[in-house]
Amino acid sequence: MSTVTAETPSADATRPKLGRPVRTGDGWVWFTGSALGLCLLMISGLIGVVLVNGLGFFWPQPLVKVTLKDGSVFLGQVVGREPIPQPGTPEHNKRHRLQLKVGNRDLLGFDFKWIDDDQIVSQDQPPDVAYVERREYGPLLGTPARLTDAGRVVAEGSEQVWVAVKPYLARAHRDRKAQRRIEREEIGEINYRIEQARLGLRRLELEQARRPGADVAARRAELERRIAEQQERYRVKQEELQKLVEATSQSFLVVRTADGQEKELRTLDIFRAFRPNRLTVWGRLRVYGSRLLEFVTGDPRESNTEGGIFPAIFGTVMMVFLMSLFAVPFGVLAALYLREYARQGALVRIVRIAVNNLAGVPSIVFGVFGLGFFVYVVGGAVDRTLYREALPTPTFGTGGILWASLTLALLTVPVVIVAAEEALAAVPRSMREASLAAGATKWQTIQRVVLPAAAPGILTGLILAMARGAGEVAPLMITGVVKLAPDLPLDRFFPFLHLDRKFMHLGFHIYDVGFQSPNVEAAKPMVYTTTILLLAIVVLLNLTAIIVRNRLRRKYQTSAF
Amino acid sequence: MAEAETLDQGLRIKTEVRASDPHAGTGQVAIELREVNLSYGDNHVLHNISMDIGEKMVTAFIGPSGCGKSTLLRCLNRMNDLIDNTTITGSIRVKGADIYAPKADVIEVRRRIGMVFQKSNPFPKSIYENVVYGLRIAGVKDKPVLDEAAEQSLRAAALWDEVKDRLDESGLSLSGGQQQRLCIARAIAVEPEIVLMDEPCSALDPIATVKIEELMYGLKEHYTIVIVTHNLQQAARVSDKTAFFWLGRLVEYEPTSAMFTNPREKLTEDYITGRFG
Repeated sequence: MSTVTAETPSADATRPKLGRPVRTGDGWVWFTGSALGLCLLMISGLIGVVLVNGLGFFWPQPLVKVTLKDGSVFLGQVVGREPIPQPGTPEHNKRHRLQLKVGNRDLLGFDFKWIDDDQIVSQDQPPDVAYVERREYGPLLGTPARLTDAGRVVAEGSEQVWVAVKPYLARAHRDRKAQRRIEREEIGEINYRIEQARLGLRRLELEQARRPGADVAARRAELERRIAEQQERYRVKQEELQKLVEATSQSFLVVRTADGQEKELRTLDIFRAFRPNRLTVWGRLRVYGSRLLEFVTGDPRESNTEGGIFPAIFGTVMMVFLMSLFAVPFGVLAALYLREYARQGALVRIVRIAVNNLAGVPSIVFGVFGLGFFVYVVGGAVDRTLYREALPTPTFGTGGILWASLTLALLTVPVVIVAAEEALAAVPRSMREASLAAGATKWQTIQRVVLPAAAPGILTGLILAMARGAGEVAPLMITGVVKLAPDLPLDRFFPFLHLDRKFMHLGFHIYDVGFQSPNVEAAKPMVYTTTILLLAIVVLLNLTAIIVRNRLRRKYQTSAF
Repeated sequence: MAEAETLDQGLRIKTEVRASDPHAGTGQVAIELREVNLSYGDNHVLHNISMDIGEKMVTAFIGPSGCGKSTLLRCLNRMNDLIDNTTITGSIRVKGADIYAPKADVIEVRRRIGMVFQKSNPFPKSIYENVVYGLRIAGVKDKPVLDEAAEQSLRAAALWDEVKDRLDESGLSLSGGQQQRLCIARAIAVEPEIVLMDEPCSALDPIATVKIEELMYGLKEHYTIVIVTHNLQQAARVSDKTAFFWLGRLVEYEPTSAMFTNPREKLTEDYITGRFG
């Protein structure tokens, strides 16, 4: 004690003995800082795993030819290598095996092959093998052998075929586009018109049932004429399509696989072909870019395990947009009443607690409610009153993007209410008084002073709601999301916005591809890439809202006085 | 010694002012308060206040903190309506009309009786929009009318020369004193009959304070002004009549010169000489 400074002997005597880091607060800095560090580590770890696995998927990896002791030969991409699990044996963890993505599912019956290291005689990377992405059965791996057109051999031998096939692939791409246009747009339009006329006929029937005397013969004849006309157009288009398919189905690429089988493939069905072992870095980048582009802008193929996920991106964004459109005005109005008009008392406090608790209700409960109330009750009523002619086929009486958005809006509205209430409460009293003293009514004050000043806070609520809504899957599964919906909810047919349509969603896509796919192993990279995209979309939506909010904040910053 | 000096100083300044303005007001009564009582819940804040506030002159409310002077001021344009659990009895008549009558239009009352607050509170809008706010919410859309009113009010608030080239800038970009004058311009843009000022200079530096006080001499030609102030010298400088409040009661209400030279009540004297408060 004698060494302690003389000025504060009493303070030192009463103070408990603590180590220096605790006394100075350094210890707490480290303690709290490490908690944050751990969080950041976990988040960056998750994002890192997703990024590496997802973005790596599009990179064209070399093809390895593996010869085994029993004489069989496999060609494929090395996907993974792991110790062979043999618990309890001394060799435990000593022997390894390779996982090879061999493709050629139609020939081999499997996509992936596990090969024990000690079975391998030799491994090499033959330069002229090709990786062919096609319409069905996953990739085809092998050496190009022949190219035939209308029964005539155009080229033979790996190198010659490779040069000769290029224009055919470009043509295949064009032909597929033309086919798609006819199928989806022209025939789609004809189908749409036939359906409209059919519904018109049905409406006439209903009208006649209601008023037996009504003369509908002329209108009926007109509708029937229209149907016949469209059916004729349909027949013509079908023929056109048929011809196109025939004309483009004349050329074939023959590929010899590693085990010596030959596979003949219509060039029309080839989406992309490249020789991974010959590619330069630039070539690899091009393949990478083109695959990435297809992924983001294309339609899914092969039960979602290949191709793109554009409909899911579109569906997700549109659903979040619709949800915000419902949730924000509704939430802001509710918050306005709670904060500005309601008499602050026990009842308002109870309502506030209830709203907060609503935010914690499991989302599937909202989903069930959405199905029961929106889809069956509201949708059913809409169908009975507005879409009678289409019954018994439901229009709105089945899951659709409108009901899914409304269900999610219900789920996120508590978040908006809480945030908006806080924002309203933060508007200084002096500002309201200034407005009222100038002769403004309460509503004018709210509209011109309070809401603009609270807008940044309300946008924070929107950001939270979007983040929650975009990632939600469970309630969507029963209110309108489907595995495959190539028809977007927005197109060029009246009324352009089809709120009754089912849609695809990235979150559900992850679940579907990862756990409901017939070929889970092949779909695994899609899970990662879809996750990246979902994350990117959430970040993008949030960033937009944050930029808008900051702009508003600058505009409506309260006095720095 | 010190007390005498304070009193003396106050009087000296006052005398200068009086010299320039011997006959304040029109002799008419602008606001007539009778038996006004106010409680916040169980808390009885104002007791039986009765007074007549003269037209086109400056009336100052003084008194220690918590004496109810601001509360009374806020009664005059019904700003106390915003506080729950407030009960007011008695009558307040503005030009003969009871503003607390059930049929009275509170919006109209506030349009006729403008208010400037202790803390300047411009809206986060442009200077122009701040000034014409009252007109816009009254439905005026005519641009020339708005422009004219903005210029007139800013001139009246002695701010025009400083801001005429930057009317589009945010009202918050102005200095504290300018912001307060902007608030005065906003209050008079709707041409009220009465302007209430709740300690308008308490957050300003001396130079800005002088500007606002000078402004008040000019404004009282057109408006009835009621000002709440903690600054006794300010009350002496700017007001024609002064009311002294203590614990929710009106203690003394006299022409300013009389009150500061020869207060009737001992309490008043103690307060203005700085013995308490």
